[in-house]
Amino acid sequence: MNKFELKNFWFYHSVIFGLLILSCQTHQQLQIEIEFWTMGAEGQHIEKLLPEFKKSHPQIDVKVQSIPWSAAHEKLLTAFAGQSTPDVCQLGNTWIPEFQVVDALLPLDTLINKSSVISSNKYFKGIWDTNIIGEKTYGVPWYVDTRVLFYRTDILDLAGFSQPPTTWDEWFEISKKIRLLSTAEQPKYGVFFSTIHDDWAVPVILIRQNNGILLKDNNCYAAFDHPATIEALEYYLSFFSKDLAVKKMTEVSNLYQAFADGVFSMLITGPWNVNEFKKRVPHINGKWSTAVLPYKKNYTSTAGGSSLIIFNNSKQPEAAWKLIEFLSKDSTQMKFFQLTRDLPAVKAAWELAKINNDTLMTAFYQQLENVEPTPKIAEWEQVAVKIQEHLERAIYKELPIETIVQRLNQDIDKILEKRRWLLSKDLISN
Amino acid sequence: MKTKLFTPYFFIAPALLTLLIFFFLPVSEAFLMSLTDFDIYSLSSLKRARFIFLNNYLQLINDPIFWKALFNTCYFVLVGGPLTILMSLFTAIALNSKLLRFKKFFRLAFFMPVVTSLVAVAVVWRYLYHPRFGVINYFLSFLGIDSIDWLGDPKWAMPALIILAVWKNFGYHMMIFLAGLQTIPDYLYEAARIDGAGWWRQLTNITIPQLAPTTFFVTIMTIIGYFQFFAEPYIMTQGGPLNSTLSIVLYLYQHGFRWWRMGYASSIAFILFFIVCFLAMLQMLVRKKLEQS
Repeated sequence: MNKFELKNFWFYHSVIFGLLILSCQTHQQLQIEIEFWTMGAEGQHIEKLLPEFKKSHPQIDVKVQSIPWSAAHEKLLTAFAGQSTPDVCQLGNTWIPEFQVVDALLPLDTLINKSSVISSNKYFKGIWDTNIIGEKTYGVPWYVDTRVLFYRTDILDLAGFSQPPTTWDEWFEISKKIRLLSTAEQPKYGVFFSTIHDDWAVPVILIRQNNGILLKDNNCYAAFDHPATIEALEYYLSFFSKDLAVKKMTEVSNLYQAFADGVFSMLITGPWNVNEFKKRVPHINGKWSTAVLPYKKNYTSTAGGSSLIIFNNSKQPEAAWKLIEFLSKDSTQMKFFQLTRDLPAVKAAWELAKINNDTLMTAFYQQLENVEPTPKIAEWEQVAVKIQEHLERAIYKELPIETIVQRLNQDIDKILEKRRWLLSKDLISN
Repeated sequence: MKTKLFTPYFFIAPALLTLLIFFFLPVSEAFLMSLTDFDIYSLSSLKRARFIFLNNYLQLINDPIFWKALFNTCYFVLVGGPLTILMSLFTAIALNSKLLRFKKFFRLAFFMPVVTSLVAVAVVWRYLYHPRFGVINYFLSFLGIDSIDWLGDPKWAMPALIILAVWKNFGYHMMIFLAGLQTIPDYLYEAARIDGAGWWRQLTNITIPQLAPTTFFVTIMTIIGYFQFFAEPYIMTQGGPLNSTLSIVLYLYQHGFRWWRMGYASSIAFILFFIVCFLAMLQMLVRKKLEQS
C-alpha cells in the first residue's frame, strides 16, 4: 500500500513537473522580451508610443531603460565590456564608428534590403551616411539635428541689413556693423561661437565649408596645415581678434538672456534651442529668425542626431528590427516629433507633421540636405576635444596660426598612432 | 604547538583573503595594464593591445596636460590643505572655549556640509558663484570689488573650488580636533594660568603641542583626501576653463572612462599612488624625528 502510494506520488509529481517545464517553454516561445535603451528625455516619451507597437506585435515585450546623456557614453562602453548590452539602443550618430570598431554593432544591410518600411532614399543623405562605415550600414536614423544660424532680425535691421548673411564676407561685415551699435552699458557683439559642450563644431563646420580637410591618408594623419583649413581657422579666429565674437563667458552667463539683451546677434546652434528661446525669452519672439549657414565654397553643417542600432550580441535581432521598423514608420515618426520636438529623420514625417509651416524650421530642412558626417574613426571625440582645446588657447593667448596648426597636427597624430598600427597589422578593416 | 602558530592566521584569513581578492589582485592587474596600451580597440580583442613597458610613463612625463593636472592638484593640496586644517583647528578651539554659547548649534552647523551630498552642494554653490546674480559677487560689490567670474575665469576657478572644499570639509576635522582638545587635561592650563601665561602662550605651549598626534592624523588624512581631488571639478567645472581645475584623478577618469584608454589611465593612477605613498612616508619620518628630539 505504502509503496504503491509512493510510486503514485512520484508519478503525478513528475507529470506535473514536466507539464510545468513544457508550459514554461511554450510561454517563452510565444513571448519575447527585448531591451531598449534610450537617452535623455526620449525615454519618457517613448513609453507613450509603445502601446501601439504592443497592439501590432503582442508577442514582443519591450523593456525601456532611459539613461541620462551625460552618462550614456560611459555606460554603454561599460555595458559592452561587461557583455550586458541591450538589444536595441539609441546611439548618437557620431558614436557609431567607435562601437563599430569594437564589433559591437550588427550590420543591418540585409534587414534593410528586405524591409518595406526603411530605405535610404526616405532619409536625408548626409544623415544616412553617418551610419555607413566601410561598405556596411550599422544604424537607422531616428531623429536628426544640425546647426543653423540664429539671428536677431531687429538688430540686423538696425545695422542696415534686412537679410541674414549668405556669405562669409557678408557675415563678417554684418558683425562689424553690429559691433558699432555697442553702447557704454551694453556691449553688442556680432556672434557667439561657443556652444559650451562642443566648441569644436563651429571651426569644423567652417573648415569644411572652405573645402579644407581635417585628416588625411585614410584618416591616419592630421591635416590642419592644409591651406584651405588654415584659411578657415584664420577666418574663425579673426572674429575674436577683431573683437566681434564674445570672448568672455562672463557676458553670457545665460545664453537666452544674452541673446534677448542683444549681447550677440548671431549664434550657431541646433533645433532644440528654437523652443528654448520661445519659452525662456518670449518677449523677443518675432525679433529673431533662423537661416542656413553662410556660404563659402559650400554651406555644409554638422550631421547630428541619433540612430537606432542593434547590438551584435542581441539574442532577438528580428524582434529588435521590428521595433526599429515601427519607430521608423512615417506616422510613428510624426507622433514622436509631436511628443519630443526632436526633428524626424524620415522626410515624409516632416510633411505629415507640417513642420515646415513654422518658418523657423524651414532653415533646418534646407540645412539638413547639406550636412556631412564627422570623420568616422573611433578617436573622433579625442580629436574634437584637441581642436577645442587648442583653439580655446589660441583665442585667449592670440598665438600665431602656424603654431596652433603645428601643435594640433602633433597632438592629433599622436592620438592616431594606434589606428595606424592596427591598420598596418590588418587588425581593423577601415 | 603547531596548531597554536596556525590559529592566528586562521583568524585573519578572511581579512587577508578579501584583501587579496579585492585589493592586491586588481592592483597588480592595473599595474600590468599600465604597461600596455589597452584602449577601446582592445575591448573586443586582446590582440589589439600591445605590451609597451614603461612607454605610458614616458609619455606621461612628456604630457603637458598631466603636468598641468599635477600642478593643479598640488595647488589644491598646498593651499586648500593648510586652510582646511587651520580653519578646523580654529573653529574647534572656539567651540571648546567656555565662553561660547549655543555650542551644539554651531557644532551641527559646521558639521552639516560634511554630511550633505556634494552634488547638492555644488548646485547651490554654482548659484552663489554666479558672476551676475551670485550672492558672493553681490557682497563683494559692497567692498567695491568688481564682479568676478568665479568658475569661468582660469585664474579664479581654482580658488573658487578651494573655498568650496574648505567649507565642505573642515567640519569633519573640527570634530576630530574637538575630541583631541577634550583629552588635554585641565591642570595643564591651570598651572599655566598660575604661572601667568596668557591666552596666546597657553595656545602655543599647551594646546598645539598636546594636539600634535591629532594634527598629524588630520594632516595625513587631508593630504591623502585632497590628492584625490575629483568630485568638485567633475561637477562644477569639468576641469575647465583652460584646464585650470583639471586634477590628476579627473584626468585619469577622462582617459579611463571617457576615452577608454585604460593603459594610460592606469599609469596615471600608479603615479598618484606613489606620490601619496611617498608623502605619507615622509610625514611618518618627520614625525619620528620630532618625537625623538
